[in-house]
Amino acid sequence: MSTPTQEPLRGLLTRDPVVVAAGAELFSRTLREQAVPVTDVQWHPPLEGADEALARVLADPRLAEANALALERITSAEAQLVRVAPASELLGLEPGEFLHSGPPLTWERASGPMRGALVGAMIFEGLAATPQEAQEKLAGPDITLAPCHSRGAVGPMAGVISPSMWVFELHDPVHGTTSCCSLNEGLGKVLRYGAFDEEVQTRLAWMRDVLGPVLAEAVQAHGPVDVKAYLPQMLQMGDEGHNRNRSATLMFLRDLLPHIVRQDRSADDIAEVCRFVGANDHFALNLVMPACKLAMAAAKDIPGSSVVVTMARNGTDFGIQLAGTGEEWFTAPANTPEGLFLGSYGPEDANPDIGDSAITETAGMGGFVMAAAPAIVRLVGGDVAFALTTTRTMYEITLGEHPTLQVPVLEFRGAPVAIDATAVARTGVLPQINTGMAGRVAGTGQVGAGLVTPPAQVFVDALAALAQRVPAGTGHDEEGTA
Amino acid sequence: MTDTVDVRSGVYHDSVTLMQVSQQVRTTPGVTDALIGMGTELNLGLMRDGGFDVPGAAGPNDLVVALRGSDEGALGAGLARLEEVFAELRARSRRTGTAEEVAPRTVGSAAARSGANLALISTPGRHAVADALDAVRSGLSVMLFSDNVSVEDEIRLKDAAAAADVLVMGPDCGTAVVGGAYLGFANVTRPGRFGVVAASGTGAQQVMCLLDLAGEGVSHVLGLGGRDLSDAVGGRSAKQALRALAADEATEHVIIVSKPASPAVVEELTALAGELGVGVSWATLGRGLPDLTAATEVALTAAGGTVPEWPWWAAVEPRPAGEPGQGEHLRGLYCGGTLADEAMIITEEQLGPIASNIPLEGSPQVSGHEPLTGHAVIDFGDDELTQGRAHPMIDPSLRLEKIREQGTDATCGVLLLDLVLGHGSHPDPARELADAVSAARSAAREDGRQLPVVVALVGTESDPQGLKACAATLSQAGAQVHTSHAQAVRTALQLLARP
Repeated sequence: MSTPTQEPLRGLLTRDPVVVAAGAELFSRTLREQAVPVTDVQWHPPLEGADEALARVLADPRLAEANALALERITSAEAQLVRVAPASELLGLEPGEFLHSGPPLTWERASGPMRGALVGAMIFEGLAATPQEAQEKLAGPDITLAPCHSRGAVGPMAGVISPSMWVFELHDPVHGTTSCCSLNEGLGKVLRYGAFDEEVQTRLAWMRDVLGPVLAEAVQAHGPVDVKAYLPQMLQMGDEGHNRNRSATLMFLRDLLPHIVRQDRSADDIAEVCRFVGANDHFALNLVMPACKLAMAAAKDIPGSSVVVTMARNGTDFGIQLAGTGEEWFTAPANTPEGLFLGSYGPEDANPDIGDSAITETAGMGGFVMAAAPAIVRLVGGDVAFALTTTRTMYEITLGEHPTLQVPVLEFRGAPVAIDATAVARTGVLPQINTGMAGRVAGTGQVGAGLVTPPAQVFVDALAALAQRVPAGTGHDEEGTA
Repeated sequence: MTDTVDVRSGVYHDSVTLMQVSQQVRTTPGVTDALIGMGTELNLGLMRDGGFDVPGAAGPNDLVVALRGSDEGALGAGLARLEEVFAELRARSRRTGTAEEVAPRTVGSAAARSGANLALISTPGRHAVADALDAVRSGLSVMLFSDNVSVEDEIRLKDAAAAADVLVMGPDCGTAVVGGAYLGFANVTRPGRFGVVAASGTGAQQVMCLLDLAGEGVSHVLGLGGRDLSDAVGGRSAKQALRALAADEATEHVIIVSKPASPAVVEELTALAGELGVGVSWATLGRGLPDLTAATEVALTAAGGTVPEWPWWAAVEPRPAGEPGQGEHLRGLYCGGTLADEAMIITEEQLGPIASNIPLEGSPQVSGHEPLTGHAVIDFGDDELTQGRAHPMIDPSLRLEKIREQGTDATCGVLLLDLVLGHGSHPDPARELADAVSAARSAAREDGRQLPVVVALVGTESDPQGLKACAATLSQAGAQVHTSHAQAVRTALQLLARP
């Protein structure tokens, strides 16, 4: 426990020196020869082009307080599942209106899996009878596309939400925000990976007609489901909440089961709902994502804050948003994940990175807590040492440690949370994202899973925009060029 | 007996941890029972069985703290203990891990891990400000070795440091001794009662070595960076350093070493020293001011110490008298910028303007890369000559080449050199310098000339290189060696043949 010191310079002249050294190795070697404890910084020049913005942002007197506030809001956000209902109701989606993952996108620039998912959604909504017809209409003026994030929603992979799809609605009573997410379809040939054939349509219809209503009634009977409480337990059970959601899926089922089985429906429907949810290890991903979204939404619009509140990809671009730069997106071409492939698929089959699921990493889950999920590392092509190193490295670019999300293998150290864009730019360490891989060609579905990082340029651009918002008279003297 | 039941949502710990926490809280004096657990049916049942009044709303995702104590005071102590135990858990989780740690990528991260109180930053100047700010925000004092930091950044950094009650030494600070640690380039001097505040690296090294030779020592040497005592920076770090040394029990007398300083700042600092009640001597370099040796002598006398005869060693190889053809010009080839300044200040009184790559006001500027003409003093530590290479105290090759060159230059009448020992410097600098001196003198002899060489040797016997051994090596090579730089310069003037 630190005691306040009366000595000047915090007792510098009376204590034994303990030194941090950054730069010339000669000086730390000299100190070691004197038996002075030295910690060397593994120093790396800042990201190319970030220098000026960094100097301005780091000198912004609001920075420390703004970031502390962001961290406090992120870690104090709650997440309760309050409703399950069609997107038309909860998100106000009209026919012909579709939400998609990542930053804003046009049909012309959409990748294969995004196109496949939109085609599937057109057919599902009865707006087209054939893929051909769907594509023609999607290229026309009557269809509206908007990012899920623009409505406070999130969607995994293509993240396409159409009016008839049922969605979860989560609420944060602390900050009064709401977030929605679609229901998870499982793995393989599914809409979110860009597949849209008969099998996909049949499942979507069943989810609309049976799964959605059953879950809606169960949630209503149960009352608000504390999704936030699942997150720390997941980490203690070996899941990281992005590519591995087995424990939360089962916890969710455990909570709702009494309210599902009592419903006045056919035993077959009830059995199928239980089987579908319980057998789909990813089902809770669609609860973890909006829970993480609520945490990050709490930190939006804090002037001066360099915290990354959104990381999302649409299969073409990777985009981020900062707490201090409002709704503005900073985008660059998405990288293609590296990892393991299903069946005979290979790297040439993989589409560039896609999905809003990186919201989990943004909130300190997923790749950031890979050390908590050693079982995941083979799926994403790593080993256990890599998982530990990854999580430890993420502390270098985050503002704090989450008080409730804890990593058992790191002696229950709090998860690294609240990515600081200035730290990313200073260290060159990029956020590690665990992800699935969609087939490049529309209609393929999932081809693998792996690891990906954002393009560095988005952090450089975001910092430049943040620097322009630093009030004149603080930081460096040159004026912004906005 | 009194109870308290506290339900906390949004907190989760595993059951084993919570059992350990309960056990520790139970040891608080006056606490008779402590049940701390997640609100599972089992735990709630145990609490209710124990007579605690648990709210019905508590669920498995809530942390429930049930305490019983002899009175309210005991309960308060129990709750305080609980917070301590949780804090210890958090601290432990930060300390330990099962596999290899990753290296810290930022100063702030390294500071948080190590509990450091000091940062030594030598990253490239345009990035160094971010690293130094990071250190200051983490509560660390900083020795900022990096140069090319703007005055605006320096002021911003020093203001942030003052607000955080830490000291920024630098930018462009090469020498410091803090709490017995030698940082950057520094001589190993005995511990003692003199505090040194220095806006000059080699100047500080000269003063601390002379103190050591006088049987005295330094408490701390706090560098400031060369601009601190300018009007723009206004002695920001000097004031902090002076206050800290005034409060330091080990320090009796402060010597402020600097290159030419702003009179206003000097006045302010003198007034501040008066308020603080600490004795201050000035060793400020400038025309008409006492040289560093004289200033050190004044400080020694003021503090009741004894001024010794500063050691010197004659050249072992005798200088034959009356040899013809000696050059007329003094050539000073330096590693230390402050020492080069002092050499020019002393010699210009007799010789007139001295050409230099760091000339005094009104003297001609020359490049260190060009052949020397007339009287000249070159600082090999200046930016011009360190582009793309290390400081001459680490890599002396450029200066050694120039020394050899002087042997074949008939206009060179005396060669004046410095050699700075200590941490951070070349591990065996005397050997290479002696070789170059020998080569220059041989070349001169072959041309029928004599070339006297005088070396100012800044160092102590405790330095890794050893003062006496270095002096012996150099005098064997034919150099006259002085521990007082001012005396070395005056000797060189005497050895200079004048028509």
